[in-house]
Amino acid sequence: MLSVKDLSVAFKTRKGQVDAVRGISFDLAPGETLGIVGESGSGKSVTSYALMRILDAGGRISAGDVSWNGRDLRAASESAMRSLRGREISMIFQNPRAALNPIRKVGHQIEDVLRQHGRATRSDAQAKAIAALEAVKIRNAAERYHAYPFELSGGMCQRIVIAIALACDPKLMIADEPTTGLDITTQKAVMELMRDLIRERGMSSIVITHDLGLAAEYCDRLAVMKDGQIVETGPSAQIFANPQHPYTRKLVDATPRPGVSIRDLLPPEARMPELPHDTDGRAILEVVDLVKTYPGKSGPVHAVKGISFTIREGQSVGLVGESGCGKSTTSAMLVRLLDPSSGAIVFDGHEIGGIPAERFLRDPRRAQIQMVFQDATDSLNPRHNAFDSIAEPLRRLGRMRGARLAARVGELAQLTGLPAHLLSRYPHQLSGGQKARVGIARAIALDPKFLILDEPTAALDVSIQAVVLNLLADLRARLGMTYLFVSHDLNVVRLLCDHVIVMQDGQIVEQGPTAKLMDAPEHPYTRELLHSAPKPPAAPFAMGHAAAKAAE
Amino acid sequence: MATRWLPILWRLVQTIPVVIGVVIISFVLTRALPGDPAVQFAGQMATAESIEQVRVALGLDKSLPQQFLIYCKALLQGDLGQSIATGRPVLTDLATRLPASLELTLTALILSCLIAIPLGVLAAVRQGSWIDHLCRVLVTAGVSLPTFFTGILLIYVFYYLLGWAPSPLGRLDFIYFDPPRVTGFFLIDAALDGDLRTFTGAAKQLALPAITLALFTLAPIARMTRAAMLTALSSDYIRTARAAGLPPRKVLFGYALRNALLPVVTTLGMVFSFVLGANVLVEKVFAWPGIGSYAVEALVQSDYAAVQGFVLAMALLFVLINLIIDLSYTLIDPRIGFSSK
Amino acid sequence: MTDITPRQTGNGMLTHLGHVMRENPVTALSFGLFSCFVLQAFFGQWLVPYDPLATNSARALEAPSADHWFGTDQLGRDVFSRVIVATRLDLTISVLAVAISFVIGSVLGAVAGYWGGWLDSVLNRILDTIMAFPLFVLAMGIVAALGNTVENIIYATAIINIPFYARVVRAEVNIRREAGFALAARLSGNGHMRTLAFHIFPNALPPMMVQVSLNMGWAILNAAGLSFVGLGVRPPTPEWGIMVAEGANFIISGHWWVALFPGLWLMLAVFTFNLMGDGLRDLVDPRRRT
Repeated sequence: MLSVKDLSVAFKTRKGQVDAVRGISFDLAPGETLGIVGESGSGKSVTSYALMRILDAGGRISAGDVSWNGRDLRAASESAMRSLRGREISMIFQNPRAALNPIRKVGHQIEDVLRQHGRATRSDAQAKAIAALEAVKIRNAAERYHAYPFELSGGMCQRIVIAIALACDPKLMIADEPTTGLDITTQKAVMELMRDLIRERGMSSIVITHDLGLAAEYCDRLAVMKDGQIVETGPSAQIFANPQHPYTRKLVDATPRPGVSIRDLLPPEARMPELPHDTDGRAILEVVDLVKTYPGKSGPVHAVKGISFTIREGQSVGLVGESGCGKSTTSAMLVRLLDPSSGAIVFDGHEIGGIPAERFLRDPRRAQIQMVFQDATDSLNPRHNAFDSIAEPLRRLGRMRGARLAARVGELAQLTGLPAHLLSRYPHQLSGGQKARVGIARAIALDPKFLILDEPTAALDVSIQAVVLNLLADLRARLGMTYLFVSHDLNVVRLLCDHVIVMQDGQIVEQGPTAKLMDAPEHPYTRELLHSAPKPPAAPFAMGHAAAKAAE
Repeated sequence: MATRWLPILWRLVQTIPVVIGVVIISFVLTRALPGDPAVQFAGQMATAESIEQVRVALGLDKSLPQQFLIYCKALLQGDLGQSIATGRPVLTDLATRLPASLELTLTALILSCLIAIPLGVLAAVRQGSWIDHLCRVLVTAGVSLPTFFTGILLIYVFYYLLGWAPSPLGRLDFIYFDPPRVTGFFLIDAALDGDLRTFTGAAKQLALPAITLALFTLAPIARMTRAAMLTALSSDYIRTARAAGLPPRKVLFGYALRNALLPVVTTLGMVFSFVLGANVLVEKVFAWPGIGSYAVEALVQSDYAAVQGFVLAMALLFVLINLIIDLSYTLIDPRIGFSSK
Repeated sequence: MTDITPRQTGNGMLTHLGHVMRENPVTALSFGLFSCFVLQAFFGQWLVPYDPLATNSARALEAPSADHWFGTDQLGRDVFSRVIVATRLDLTISVLAVAISFVIGSVLGAVAGYWGGWLDSVLNRILDTIMAFPLFVLAMGIVAALGNTVENIIYATAIINIPFYARVVRAEVNIRREAGFALAARLSGNGHMRTLAFHIFPNALPPMMVQVSLNMGWAILNAAGLSFVGLGVRPPTPEWGIMVAEGANFIISGHWWVALFPGLWLMLAVFTFNLMGDGLRDLVDPRRRT
């Protein structure tokens, strides 16, 4: 019913024309769900905007045909397209909260669409809007009708975006990264809701995502995009089981999933044997009954409610939880940027939780505890080049100057795989992976014993994530560091960590060795988290490796 | 709904320190003016003795904190003192002159909004086009024009060269009678009276000074409208609206403009302050009998009660305007009540 | 760019300036005009054909001619010479006033934005109080109270501009207070003060530069306005505001040149400053470097 032939999309920019999409073709059958998968800049979102003809200013379809049930969408008039959008083809977006008009009641936003397409009149619009809300399983729909987007959770907002998209019973729904930024349990709920609704109504859909695992779980067929071209299409299971194109193979490899080791994420030729790291050292960090309470206007906010755990030297511990569970507050206290309300942090046999953060700066142990931040872009000073960013701790805490400093920075760049000629570049001139390397080099500059990794790969493409995770594993073995790896992604934690701590609502609900916790979770919340993680079909060629590892 | 009123109450509480600060500054400022008010009050024929009597009568022999208390007490009773220059209570002077200034200011602001907001929207919609660049150059030129210079230039062209405008002396040519005073706004009063001749006469008189002021305020309003529209238009919810098939008019005005107006309303508060300041200059150029020209006379003559009253009136007016803007903002934007919690 | 070592910045700045000017013709134009004004300010008094103060009643109120390019005023003084010589005074007032308010506003805003809390509340109330006065009126009051001198005009102009800088810096610092690079700087052993001064504050400079350019314009307008109402520089000192004020008396009799030329110069100066904003911002923004 949808047929795309040789579609190309070009953008006019100040540096001339940029071809975002370069001649892609695909067909979509009624009732089918197609996943378009690719990393950032692959042109996957632009493709969907081109289908809807809602490209941003400067963008246009430069070649090819789009036909929808025999109608030529490229040649259709703007008013014809307008009547098509939302009625026959609709679309949902990432970041659902921003996708809704912030100062209009959600009910009215649904009414706007219903009335635009003649599906409701002034008198019955409200009833129909409430019915649309009920269709996406929103409880108290009549009450929610009057809510503004800021009063609703992210998952709830995405349901409303879906309600808007489905209000006029379209035949095709395009979902552009529908769950990016949502918590993993919410992600599962939203995806399942979408799948059920699409099946019920016999609709077709296109799911655009960077997450190969997610796409494989929910789509019948996948199209893999790279640099504006489709490199491979096929049924989901087949793409995973037997990827033909080298890029697809690389993506499949790099997707974290159960049953693979960290080395399996890399292309086969790069899989060096993993260096062993010793995990049975003495306790390097003991956290005893740590509490953080913020004064709030409506009573105190308990961010961390008395947690205790121990980390042994050489161990890598994963701290897992969804947004708002207190994991970031915990890591800020451990790295001594934030003073705990009560409790003790015993590092290397000394209580450091009681030293005020500002005084800890001059403590000799300051250099021993460092951190890699979540967003590599945000964590590099835009006014410092890579050299200065890495040199900062060496200058301030290491008292290094001149040639010694330059030599050490060069050494660190080499250690983290950052080409030396990039050291003079500013953050905006570096790619995401390069910025991540700069952040890691800065964190290990002073040879810390204990490194906190705060979702260091959350903002990276999977293929780069694979490389960075392996870099972290190598550094751990070579420098003998102890890691606390903070993450929301159990599939990633499983790869790097020996021990896992699961947090919910400021408390630890379960902790234990990774294998035990993953295979036989005791707490219902841990089970829910594990259950919610996307489960791509396991690739057979990776099985051998994992089986061998399991046998050890 | 009770929670919606809390921020409004909080906003009202916040104005209290500002009002106190304004009272203090107006007091300090006028005490620092050169010249001895007692000498001025006593008149030219005064002896040292009579000056001393006046000094005691005015309370000027007391310490500054005591004087401040006396001042505050008088303020609470609505007494702003006597103007030396006019010999009348300052409050009366201000009451007769304030409507003239407000009429000019508001006309200018309305005129400016009528031009600047569509201009800003147009520039944002056609971002990067020649319309956009032209808008930028025009509004920048507008804000670069010193108001007193624009006024003089307009007088030269429209009064001296073309003879379209009446002589730039006051609110109404002497051939007309002042309309019966209801609001003090000549346009409104004349309209209420049904006197078309006086209405056009007043409007002609008002045109040049209002244009002068409006030119000056185009830039901040147009710039803010353009920036706010650009932010709104690039928002995700605009894409959602377009993807749902809503027509461009609905997307542009129903979704984008309504969101963009919020920051524009805030800017209006600041612009109002500019205009009140620029009023002083424009009133001088057009011999407009408003409180601006009153203040210039008072400052030059060190007429301290008049200055005090003027400064206080202006500041309180501004606090009031901002309060109104903030309150309307609270009512327009559903998020305000919650974010400030 | 790759061959530039981290320490070498002087030469890089010049290349960057050239790059910024090539990229945006408006910026190039405004920087060009600005240099003209600076030249006038420095060398104007030696370049002009007449003594700006010399009166010649025989040639009063003459229209522009080859002798007197901008005509003569009511005392027969050469308007052209007076306009050019006035540049130094007007520019000095605006530059000094903006410099003072920049420094004070930055410190106040940075402190309030970084630490927040009661400090922030107090500062906000004080700024609200200053902003509650129509700013020009406040400047008039300050000059009237302190006396008609050039220094007092500068102080008055500086005071009324402080809130703008404080607000911009406060907002910019506040959003970066918890930014990753600020936290990283603290992990590198920088205290709050160092983090604020060397890591966070420099990132607030680009938007500040736009404010600087707008304020330079306002500062000149303000100074000229004060002179115009008789509360600023006193005659016979050549100053654009007074010259317009004096010329205003002759406009109704058709002697347009006495007011027009100083007014035009004033306008051109303000126009130049206003246009410079984007260029100044690009100049201090490392992200604009290629």
